[in-house]
Amino acid sequence: MADHKKAPFPAMSRRAILAGGAAIGASLFLPKGLRAQDFPTDQVNTTGLAVTDDTVQVGILHSISGTMSISETGSVQAEKLAIEQINAQGGVLGRKIETIQEDGASDWPTFAEKARKLLVNDKVASVMGCWTSASRKAVLPVFEQHNGMLYYPTFYEGLEESPNVIYTGQEATQQIIAGLDWVAREKGAKSFYLLGSDYIWPRTSNKIARKHIEDKLGGEVVGEEYYPLGHTQFNSVINKIRLKKPDVIYAIVVGGSNVSFYKQLKAAGIDMTEEAPLLLTISVTEDEIRGIGGENIEGAYACMKYFQSLENENNKEFVAAFKEMWGDDMVIGDVTQAAYLGPWLWKAAVEKAGSFDVDKVREASPGIELTTAPEGYVKIHENHHLWSKTRVGHAMADGQYEVVFTTDDLVEPDPFPEGYQ
Amino acid sequence: MTKTSFLKRDEAVGFAILALIIFIVFPLMLDDFRLNLFGKYLTYAFVAVGLVLCWGAGGILSLGQGVFFGLGGYCMAMFLKLEASTPEATAIQSTPGIPDFMDWNQISALPIWWQPFNSFGFTVLAILAVPALFSLIIGFAMFRRRVGGVYFAIITQAIAAIATILIVGQQGYTGGVNGITDLRTLMGWDIRPDSAKTALYFVNAVLLFACLFIAMAIRKSKFGRVLVAMRDAEDRVRFSGYDVASFKIFIFCVGAMMASVGGAMFTLQVGFMSPTIVGIVPSIEMVIFCAVGGRHSLLGAVYGALLVNWARTTLSESFPELWLFGLGGLFIAVVLAFPNGLAGLYDDYVKPRLKLSRRNHAAKPSNPQLAE
Repeated sequence: MADHKKAPFPAMSRRAILAGGAAIGASLFLPKGLRAQDFPTDQVNTTGLAVTDDTVQVGILHSISGTMSISETGSVQAEKLAIEQINAQGGVLGRKIETIQEDGASDWPTFAEKARKLLVNDKVASVMGCWTSASRKAVLPVFEQHNGMLYYPTFYEGLEESPNVIYTGQEATQQIIAGLDWVAREKGAKSFYLLGSDYIWPRTSNKIARKHIEDKLGGEVVGEEYYPLGHTQFNSVINKIRLKKPDVIYAIVVGGSNVSFYKQLKAAGIDMTEEAPLLLTISVTEDEIRGIGGENIEGAYACMKYFQSLENENNKEFVAAFKEMWGDDMVIGDVTQAAYLGPWLWKAAVEKAGSFDVDKVREASPGIELTTAPEGYVKIHENHHLWSKTRVGHAMADGQYEVVFTTDDLVEPDPFPEGYQ
Repeated sequence: MTKTSFLKRDEAVGFAILALIIFIVFPLMLDDFRLNLFGKYLTYAFVAVGLVLCWGAGGILSLGQGVFFGLGGYCMAMFLKLEASTPEATAIQSTPGIPDFMDWNQISALPIWWQPFNSFGFTVLAILAVPALFSLIIGFAMFRRRVGGVYFAIITQAIAAIATILIVGQQGYTGGVNGITDLRTLMGWDIRPDSAKTALYFVNAVLLFACLFIAMAIRKSKFGRVLVAMRDAEDRVRFSGYDVASFKIFIFCVGAMMASVGGAMFTLQVGFMSPTIVGIVPSIEMVIFCAVGGRHSLLGAVYGALLVNWARTTLSESFPELWLFGLGGLFIAVVLAFPNGLAGLYDDYVKPRLKLSRRNHAAKPSNPQLAE
């Protein structure tokens, strides 16, 4: 495995780069051979994308208005940070990235409309975007029809493998199985209560969790329940949980419902620090804790691939750069980090292919490694998902997670898991 | 209400200008992508035309037209989804041959009520009959009990909320929040390429004009006059021996069916259907299209739908972080400055001048017609 400790760019130049006095620093670190004149535009762009002799246009497509804007803002910020850093290093094939940002407005038809606009009118070379599965499903036919490339950052349910998408977040099995194994092994958990918001991701995830618990761990699922998005009354399920006394509450509640769920859990006298029952979630990142309040979720465990508190050089650089660009009070969750990977993975694929053509970038993508990722090392699988490690974090009162477990090896992405369907 | 007299010739000219714009100017001026967008905007015009009949003429303000738009859209989406879910295309699923979202929700057989949607004939019938039946039930329950005005508006809004919750909650049967996506062909004809989108634009435009002519015929008929009378003095109409409720139910059904046709065309042109188009917010937006165009004018409704959606697209492309304020400003301007919408502006400022110049040409008095 590659060196994990290589920074995204040399540490000493970071401030200089971000301060804008980057011209000298950037040219020093410009990898040899990646000057624009060595890659004539008519050779690196044979399909009429928006690539000139010194610029290349890339789309950013997230909701910056509507209900999803709270979640998606972090992704936009991370993508802009990555693009600024790439430009400070000399861009992609010697060309500066220019971004065209569009607002999906938390509305799925709008996402489809804007995706078409970016691909057909603006002819962007790639798009960083989408957050919810619904928005991805809405733009997917557009990307396949017009042969675009989408870098999608959110952990999601799997069951999809598009040639036109690189999934930089984890698919469900990557996120779920390692966490369940850990809780069974380390905490001796036998009985589980599954609950979640009622839509495709929690349902698919719980389907995988149930199969794993029953078939592989020899455990028992004592309850499984779903609540509509935005639901705020969890007292009945909390009573059932107290009645059934499971070892683990496995919670996949999303969005605003989280705030009510954790507050009501605490109010009902279930102290998560006592771990009886223990609470394991795959849907609460540091971003959500800001809404829930650290004191309300202290003691819970979360299973995902990235936590802001990760101790490695890449991550320290990333967190510092992120706060410098967007403010000290920012927190960084799993999806934000995954969004940060998008532009870097695209740059690596373009430079490996020596071309901006989408077909060539697609061909070059499998096998692309990133040793500079804040989460450590990632690699693009044949199925367009990332090999990545899965981690378990322990929620602290200050709203951060303490990492208590990391898988030894990279977990292989498996969007169509055999035996879990 | 503005009691303006207008010439038959004015109407004909108005129709001709709109037809010229939709059939010739847009296709010549816009590239494929923009034309498809305008096709999408025009699907909202169906709803707005229906609202002119219900609200402008009949005084029935429905804040739930998104439900009917959605019913039509979902009927069409179900047909297209079944066509896309061939056993070969879905071989990777646990149960091949059913829509992918059913498979994800552990449903192993196609529900009975989905099965008729294998037939295109049934689907077309359902697009008209389902919203008609649904609006008949609502209309019967409301208007027979003389529920009207603001109470009716609130109830329709509640229905829109219920419809969204139902669709999201029953995701195994409806696709949930994601909606019904990845639609490919209509009876073997690929609806995704630009050429197909252009063809659909014209189909859409023809259907819209059909709706406009039907709406115009209704307005010109005796029935249309009773509607206006009902709006202005419901009790007098009732005391004159008319069955007010039946008139209201009928016009409400017509509006619902028009919305449904628009929804079906929306699905065809956008390529999917989702609950975000059914809820309260889109339903209110549809009323805004009608208000901006002028709720008394059928042609105005079409212009309103086009203008608001075009402004939304343009503003959000140019100012992704500020566009909502621009759109909000537009609505406030409409309400404050020209409450009768675009059509009101035309009546107040443009028409008197036209008339004046025409008088100068031929000093012949015009025949007063029924108010618009």
